Amino acid sequence: MEIKGTYRVKSGLAEMLKGGVIMDVTTAEQAKIAEAAGAVAVMALERVPADIRAQGGVARMADPKKVQEIMAAVTIPVMAKVRIGHFAEAQILQSLGVDYIDESEVLTPADPDYHINKWSYTVPFICGARNLGEACRRLAEGAAMIRTKGEPGTGNVIEAVRHMRMMNEQIRAVLAAPAEELMTMAKDLGAPYEMLLAIREHGRLPVVNFAAGGIATPADAALMMQLGCDGIFVGSGIFKSGDPAVRARAIVEATTHFEDAAKVASVSTGLGEAMSGIAIEEIPAHEMMQTRGQ
Amino acid sequence: MIVGILALQGAVREHRTSLERLGIESRIVKTMDGLRGLSGLVLPGGESTAMALLADSDFLGRLKALARSGFPMFGTCAGMILLATGVQGRSAGYIEAIDITVSRNASGRQVDSFETLLDIDEIGKDVPAVFIRAPYITGHGSTVRPMASHDGHCVMAREANILVASFHPELTEDTRVHEYFVGMVKETIP
Repeated sequence: MEIKGTYRVKSGLAEMLKGGVIMDVTTAEQAKIAEAAGAVAVMALERVPADIRAQGGVARMADPKKVQEIMAAVTIPVMAKVRIGHFAEAQILQSLGVDYIDESEVLTPADPDYHINKWSYTVPFICGARNLGEACRRLAEGAAMIRTKGEPGTGNVIEAVRHMRMMNEQIRAVLAAPAEELMTMAKDLGAPYEMLLAIREHGRLPVVNFAAGGIATPADAALMMQLGCDGIFVGSGIFKSGDPAVRARAIVEATTHFEDAAKVASVSTGLGEAMSGIAIEEIPAHEMMQTRGQ
Repeated sequence: MIVGILALQGAVREHRTSLERLGIESRIVKTMDGLRGLSGLVLPGGESTAMALLADSDFLGRLKALARSGFPMFGTCAGMILLATGVQGRSAGYIEAIDITVSRNASGRQVDSFETLLDIDEIGKDVPAVFIRAPYITGHGSTVRPMASHDGHCVMAREANILVASFHPELTEDTRVHEYFVGMVKETIP
């Protein structure tokens, strides 16, 4: 007897990725570089967030051919992005056999109101969240892994820090609250009451929470890990830098040894040029990605 | 006694919880120095390629020497791959502590990952087991005892002080597999 696609099997893969780095790749060649640098998984997409931001237009799921090439190139898990609410793209990726689907604000949303009902899939989903309410809504929709939204493609870590601190603060409040305050708290957070009960039972978010959106250096990775993230996503930060292979390896080392400042210092030395980056204030409100799909 | 958990990457927290349930103190290990004062070591699930890159050759060499000296080790999933003498598609193993050959991701991609119940020799019946992109044991030497199989594949084995499993007992609340390993550790303490 085998039971596939249970929540334990879905969230279990995310547990295996903890303490690791997941890297955005757009080609099989980049996927091999990521794997050789110690990535625990790769995220297949058509364009990295920095290019989506620069070029504009509608950003969609990657060409299935490209996803399959990436799947064939590496032995580590392959994730791929779908537009928020685009359940047909998700059906396609599940049929290709990708290991995780990211219902992502980096792509242009397909549905103005609704996310995908993720319970109806065998493949697990990850979603972005800026705060506990968003995280709980995505979990209640069936997501098995959460990441901060940050502000993708900026090389600027401030938004990921903001989202992680907000999440931590709100979880602390849920854990500390007397039972009679929970329902009002659920109403105020916009979080299903049952999810708050699950947080109190686990003493934490019941699934893995990675940092994403603006991480560009080993120090950024060490910062997010010390803030309590379970692992790191690096999008544009690697393949938009001067020496991707070396930078990728350095971020992997910093993610494992995040409490060892001497080690993080040593891997940060002589990395070449980081991606240039954007100040958040320079981004017009309609170009912000983190406000998509709340 | 303190049991170490290799924490280069992977499901470290879950093994700590399983050991805690048995009243066993554990400590996370990221460097060679961290191995001092331990009575046994758990190598958790994760990505074996990433873990192998994060452990330098000195660290792997030290683990190999410890395994030869009779130090108990328990590897789940990626941890089993690190402990195997043979890994399909590679010319050599990593720590090479147990005479088995493993095939990575043999159970398929994530959509094929599953839960089941296993009957395990020396441990018990209906032990809940979670298989995630799991490796299978495709061959073993004569001194290795296969302990469980699923669908015709060997999924758990022991050779002297080394215990390996394709699956994740640490993702369940059943502590029988960890209890068995703790028994192995206790046997080595005078």
